[in-house]
Amino acid sequence: MSTDSPSQGASGTKPTYKPGSQIIVDTLIEQGVDTMFGYLGGVVLPFFDKLYDAPIRFINPRHEQGGTHMADAYARASGKVGVVVATSGPGATNLVTGLATAMMDSIPIVALTGQVRTELIGNDAFQEADTTGITRPVTKHNVIVKDPNDLARTIREAFYIASTGRPGPVLVDLPVDMQVAQVEAAKPEKIKLPGYGVRTHGHSRQISTAAGAINESERPVLYVGGGVIIANASDEVRQLAAKAHLPVTMTLLGLGSYDQRRAESLDMLGMHGTAYANYAVQECDLLIAVGARFEDRVTGKLKTFAPRAKIIHIDIDPASISKNVRVDIPVVGDAKMILSELAKEVEYRQRAEWFAKIAEWKAKYPLRYDTGTETIKPQYVIEEVHRQTEGDATIVTGVGQHQMWTAQFYKFNRARQFISSGGLGTMGFGLPAAIGAQIALPGQLVVDIDGDSSFNMTLGELATAVQYELPVKVCIMNNGYMGMVRQWQELFYGKRYSCSSLKNPDYATVARAFGAVGITVDKKKDVAGAIEKMLAETKPCVVDFRIDREENVWPMVAAGKSLDEMDGLDIFESMA
Amino acid sequence: MEQKHIISALVQNQPGVLAHVAGMFAARAFNIDSLTVGRTEDPSLSRMTIVVVGDDRVVEQVRKQLAKIISVVKVQDFAGKDVVARDLMLISVATPPEKRSEILALIEMFKGKVVDIGPKFVMVEVAGPESKIEAFIDACRSYGVKNVVRTGTVAMNRHGKKQVD
Ligand SMILES: Cc1ncc(C[n+]2csc(CCOP(=O)(O)OP(=O)(O)O)c2C)c(N)n1
Ligand SMILES: [Mg+2]
Repeated sequence: MSTDSPSQGASGTKPTYKPGSQIIVDTLIEQGVDTMFGYLGGVVLPFFDKLYDAPIRFINPRHEQGGTHMADAYARASGKVGVVVATSGPGATNLVTGLATAMMDSIPIVALTGQVRTELIGNDAFQEADTTGITRPVTKHNVIVKDPNDLARTIREAFYIASTGRPGPVLVDLPVDMQVAQVEAAKPEKIKLPGYGVRTHGHSRQISTAAGAINESERPVLYVGGGVIIANASDEVRQLAAKAHLPVTMTLLGLGSYDQRRAESLDMLGMHGTAYANYAVQECDLLIAVGARFEDRVTGKLKTFAPRAKIIHIDIDPASISKNVRVDIPVVGDAKMILSELAKEVEYRQRAEWFAKIAEWKAKYPLRYDTGTETIKPQYVIEEVHRQTEGDATIVTGVGQHQMWTAQFYKFNRARQFISSGGLGTMGFGLPAAIGAQIALPGQLVVDIDGDSSFNMTLGELATAVQYELPVKVCIMNNGYMGMVRQWQELFYGKRYSCSSLKNPDYATVARAFGAVGITVDKKKDVAGAIEKMLAETKPCVVDFRIDREENVWPMVAAGKSLDEMDGLDIFESMA
Repeated sequence: MEQKHIISALVQNQPGVLAHVAGMFAARAFNIDSLTVGRTEDPSLSRMTIVVVGDDRVVEQVRKQLAKIISVVKVQDFAGKDVVARDLMLISVATPPEKRSEILALIEMFKGKVVDIGPKFVMVEVAGPESKIEAFIDACRSYGVKNVVRTGTVAMNRHGKKQVD
């Protein structure tokens, strides 16, 4: 802490002193950080000064919210920890939506925020905000550093907490005086977190009990969520499903964890899930939940959810077990380890009757849309994107109808292929998330299937895509509505479309003004050609698809209804 | 079945821990009956004693959500355990002249201590299980209870075989 020449160390070598800002940068590098996102401001200048010479790629978003979504999607696409930095006050408050988004979906982020000098804290100083107070409910952990000697350890702990157990965002608040203080160069001090333990191995007796239940089951369903992707356990899901012969359904965040081209895939369940997934869950005698949390959008009315089923719940977070539903066989631990243990103990069973029943539902209620119209149906655009990308692009979305159509009609085949804000449902996630994913996946194809209103929220990030030469593709499903809201107004508020349409700019012109490529498509016959052109582009490219304005997402389990009370199946049948 | 649970949490003695715990209770709509915090024999740790009312399911969630907070080191639910639970109260009671001796006898009976006295009131310190504290307040009502300050429950596991108190 002092600039005086320090006394001789015990070993006779002089301890070296560095400014706190250098310690922060060194610790980031030690943690393997080579890319970070963020925005400048007065109290983070010491940090940025040291970053100037560091081997870390820095991406400037146009808004700190964009920076958090970029760090978030970078983490989702790569499996690494995303890092974002912001200044105090407004910089820090702009992170809140992104942190909450990452928190709900268990995404590892380390956020570093500047803070006013320690002695000014609490005085309503310029650009002071109680950042740890504001972000406490939207982070897995947060901490303000008040002794510069704690800098290195605190940042190491932040990475450890963010990336282990059930991951999540961790925020470290850094008063500017901590950044300029002279600190003895940190020896690799061990993290000390007496209140934090991570259970990885599942209880072996619980695993055997679960295996027994699977072996006895006549009508099992494997229900997998985002936890499987976080745990890199999709191979283990496939192996278990193959060995025991189980049909598999996925949550929105679980999409990609099981190849949807397989016959055993029931695709997505829940409010806008497939009829065959929802019926299978309601009829099954055993539900095996892995890395999923029985959210209300998935379960529908809880009282009547999976009424005939015994429930196995495999999750790393003990608090998510029996939170929403009563679980019969809980197994706490790492999904990858537990599934591979479980696979050893299960036996193959034909279950011919059950699979016949499933095949019947699949034949009767496939996802459908009207292919005979003049108008551009969003489902057709998504199918065409799927066809031309050979089902292999990394797909990002905003929030709304387009997100659900994407989940329904782009068939995913690998983990981390689908990136979407599930738990919080954050409009504006799409474009910045596409940028973050593209940074993580250089040379790979990243397509944002977005909504017009969602895109409006963060479209300034087109400048970021252009500046860093990121060839992200944006397909706007432009219905001129907050479509999902309009659908609810149509169904539940007598078609009174109160305040749910916006006057949009001409997106192709907007894209060109930013230096990106812009294409408008208003005829069905031009859809395929426009997608082809988009995919051939090396620049960021925005395609504005003027879709059928009042298309709805079907099937739909209205809020509070049971999973098997789906609306829209009659519409499917009329199209058969 | 709704029941009172005494939950004891050992937490790191750091700024923000109380806010974190209190915020979690509010955010998850758990009701706190009382909450006390104090230092322990280890200067790096504090002890929170939290009384919550809820059915088994709610209390299990409370326990798990508490344990999930990084700066919470250990959580224990004392329900069904052999524990000593105590509350401390300061109470100010009106003392009409003709009732003074009656009130003093009552204080004696409850092993209370007079800690302040004025022409029209006495301030009394009473410690004990919650039921005793409640009973004393009830017994004082007819004279006039002017002010009550309570610490909330603190509790500790009983390890000895014999019940001393
Ligand atoms: C930040 C934010 N504000 C509001 C909402 C509520 N909301 C959910 S979907 C939706 C409409 C989305 O419209 P658009 O992006 O055009 O997608 P569409 O449904 O039309 O496909 C709204 C307003 C939200 N999810 N996120
Ligand atoms: Mg729209």
